[in-house]
Amino acid sequence: MVKRELTNQMEEVEMSVEMGDQVLGSGTTAPARAAGVTKASRQVSDPVMDLQKVHVFYGDYEAVREVDLPIASREITAFIGPSGCGKSTLLRSFNRMNDLIPGARVEGKVLYHGVDIYGPDVDAIEVRRRVGMVFQKPNPFPKSIFDNIAYGPRVLGRSKKDMDGIVEQSLTRAALWDEVKDKLDESGMALSGGQQQRLCIARCIAVNPDIILMDEPCASLDPIATAKIEDLMRELAEDYTIVIVTHNMQQAARVADRTAFFTAEVDGQNVRHGRLVEFDLTEDIFLNPRRSTEDYISGRFG
Amino acid sequence: MPAFEFFQTVPITDFLFGTEWAPLFADPEFGVLPLVSGTLVITGIACLVALPIGLLLTAMYLSEYAADKTRRTLKPILEILAGIPTVIFGFFALEFVTAVLLKNIWPQTEVFNALSAGLVMGVMIIPTVASLSEDAMSAVPRGLREGAYALGSSRRQVTLKVVVPAALSGIVAAFVLGVSRAIGETMIVAVAAGLQPNLSLNVFEGMQTMTSFIAAAGSGDQPTGSIGYQTIFAVGALLFLMTLVMNLFSIRMVRKYREVYE
Amino acid sequence: MTAVFTPIGDQVKQDLQDTGPPLKDRGFRWMLFAGLSVGIITLVALLVFVFLEGYPRLTPTLWQNMPSIRFPEKAGAQSAIMGSIWVIVTTAVICMPVGVMAAIYLEEYGNPTRRFDRIVEINIQNLAAVPSIVYGILGLGVIARAFALGQTVITAALTLSLLVLPVVIISSREAIRAVPQSIRAGSLALGATRWQTIWKQVLPASIPGIATGAILALSRAIGEAAPLLLLGAVTFITFNPDGLMSSYTVMPIQIYNWISQSREEFQVLAAALCILLLAILLVMNAFAIYLRNKFQRRW
Repeated sequence: MVKRELTNQMEEVEMSVEMGDQVLGSGTTAPARAAGVTKASRQVSDPVMDLQKVHVFYGDYEAVREVDLPIASREITAFIGPSGCGKSTLLRSFNRMNDLIPGARVEGKVLYHGVDIYGPDVDAIEVRRRVGMVFQKPNPFPKSIFDNIAYGPRVLGRSKKDMDGIVEQSLTRAALWDEVKDKLDESGMALSGGQQQRLCIARCIAVNPDIILMDEPCASLDPIATAKIEDLMRELAEDYTIVIVTHNMQQAARVADRTAFFTAEVDGQNVRHGRLVEFDLTEDIFLNPRRSTEDYISGRFG
Repeated sequence: MPAFEFFQTVPITDFLFGTEWAPLFADPEFGVLPLVSGTLVITGIACLVALPIGLLLTAMYLSEYAADKTRRTLKPILEILAGIPTVIFGFFALEFVTAVLLKNIWPQTEVFNALSAGLVMGVMIIPTVASLSEDAMSAVPRGLREGAYALGSSRRQVTLKVVVPAALSGIVAAFVLGVSRAIGETMIVAVAAGLQPNLSLNVFEGMQTMTSFIAAAGSGDQPTGSIGYQTIFAVGALLFLMTLVMNLFSIRMVRKYREVYE
Repeated sequence: MTAVFTPIGDQVKQDLQDTGPPLKDRGFRWMLFAGLSVGIITLVALLVFVFLEGYPRLTPTLWQNMPSIRFPEKAGAQSAIMGSIWVIVTTAVICMPVGVMAAIYLEEYGNPTRRFDRIVEINIQNLAAVPSIVYGILGLGVIARAFALGQTVITAALTLSLLVLPVVIISSREAIRAVPQSIRAGSLALGATRWQTIWKQVLPASIPGIATGAILALSRAIGEAAPLLLLGAVTFITFNPDGLMSSYTVMPIQIYNWISQSREEFQVLAAALCILLLAILLVMNAFAIYLRNKFQRRW
């Protein structure tokens, strides 16, 4: 497990990143553009998920261009980058959520324990049972708290008598049990935003997934609720592999073991495509940004 | 109002609870129950058709399964169905459903019967209920569907366990509006269900409804102020009240539903 | 949570194996489609049946001759066709201005927080769902008897106007609402009064929408029979209306009359008139759709 006490040192870097990326861009050594992925990522041994030359299209539009990226087991991997750089789109290809959007299409291989989840005889529903997802906006079902958690196990056909246990365990795991144990029959929509998001995390844990995808899980929350979710993520990383998309670079620095930096590249026809610029241990990305590929960052936006 | 004059002649309890309806006879009876039961039996049959087919199946298919293009083709077709004059539906019920279908399946079917009127009326209200409940289902936020899919649900599970419960008040509103249309429908029953007041549950017999009584009594020239003229208003007032309550309830449900997701 | 899912290698491949949707899901999908088909099959059956039944009598005598009880082979429906035209045109003349005015008031001057306007709104929604025969009773009691207009074209038109008014108002409001605020602001900024803005800018821009809604409302009125049963249209009429105070009959009522006759020839006549009525409705609807597509503007 990688140390994550980077926050204070990160403040300055974060500022400059947001102000125009001079720090990341200036005074770099020769770029390693062709690889897209830098040396450190090779150290991911036995990845849970391995993207190989992945492109994501919406109809004719190529939203994400050629990504190679391994996801390490029981770690937190963060995707950062400006909006419109395809990081959420890429995340949604991890559990075939893109299938639900008409016209969306993935090329390349998304290997899950060596099996291509876009292979011809793979059941998307089975994939989603192993790769759970938490969304940007908390989306509890308009049902009771209990039924929200029990939804997944019921869909999987778990027996009724296990249900109380599953609900309690999942809520405890999501650090929500103490707050809601007396009102399990109340609507999940009556909770505060932060509680709703933890409810969604608990709902996701209840089906016992292998990987949890989080698409900007704190985007609609206040700082206190955000801090709780971040604590929770660190605890969950003991048992689960987590991939999180975030706008907030500090958040990536606080929680992530590894960070992938994406950007939007403009091609000859003035069309934007998302690209992976750099992938490395979080420390290296933020503390030694010089290694990042210069020509992407300097002048491209700012 | 002639309805008030009517209730000065006939006690309201006789009207509401009497089981004999023969207002235009020499020895008149004013118990409205046979008309109400005829209305409810036929409406009930219509609901048995429209509830599963229109509300659930058609709406679920359009909202959750059909591709965009399919939906754009199918909805106008259903709207054509909604635009057909009801007298033509009545003709179809009498000459096709009764004469060609029912008579051959159940020979005991009378020429005028509640069943064919109810079945055709059910088909008539399918577009109304299907389109309104489809609106309600489509208004369920995407996020809920995605949440359910991300937990490994199949499309059927998402539809039945998430979308339908979330849209329930809108679906109920659509259904109530459909029932209210069925209760108020005149021409199908006037043509296909006969004009014989009949306090019975036998759907192969003819039955008179509130609407078809009004139509029959109103077609004759009832002199102003006569008891026959007044009955039209009394039955009409009852019909109006019944549908009004249902419509108000339905409008309320739709508002409530909108508030939840705004 | 005790056991955390940690799959490896071939096991994963097997777990993710797509065995096709389970029987339940396939069955469910099939059931949905079957449900949807019921409506469409009935529609097709109805159209085919009416057409086959009525085709033999779809001859010029249908619109050249007058109804006859004794000679079905010579009977026609000219008085009903002319009656429908009289009634519908009169209805249009009455309900269009009233409906559009009401819509302008509600959209441009109305204030949804005011109690009166809110009540009006709910009432309009409600009136749209009142059974049509109740309008017939209203027409009989108030227009025919209390106003002593009798069982005439004007009574029928007034009653049908009341019936379709909510539809006209609702669709006109939508058309008016679709005109962007910037057009109003632009006009007002040039010093136009509120009324000038509405008359010169908002109304012309929303006319296609209003017309579409009005045609759809009138196509409902032309097929409506129930209220007119109470308003004298059932009477056996063998002449065309010659004015607003004339007696009349209309096509749906003529169909009803013929259905009620026991002789088989009259059923064929009824079916033939059904085809004619459906054809008229088709033309009206097609025209409405054409208007909508032609003038639909992207603001």
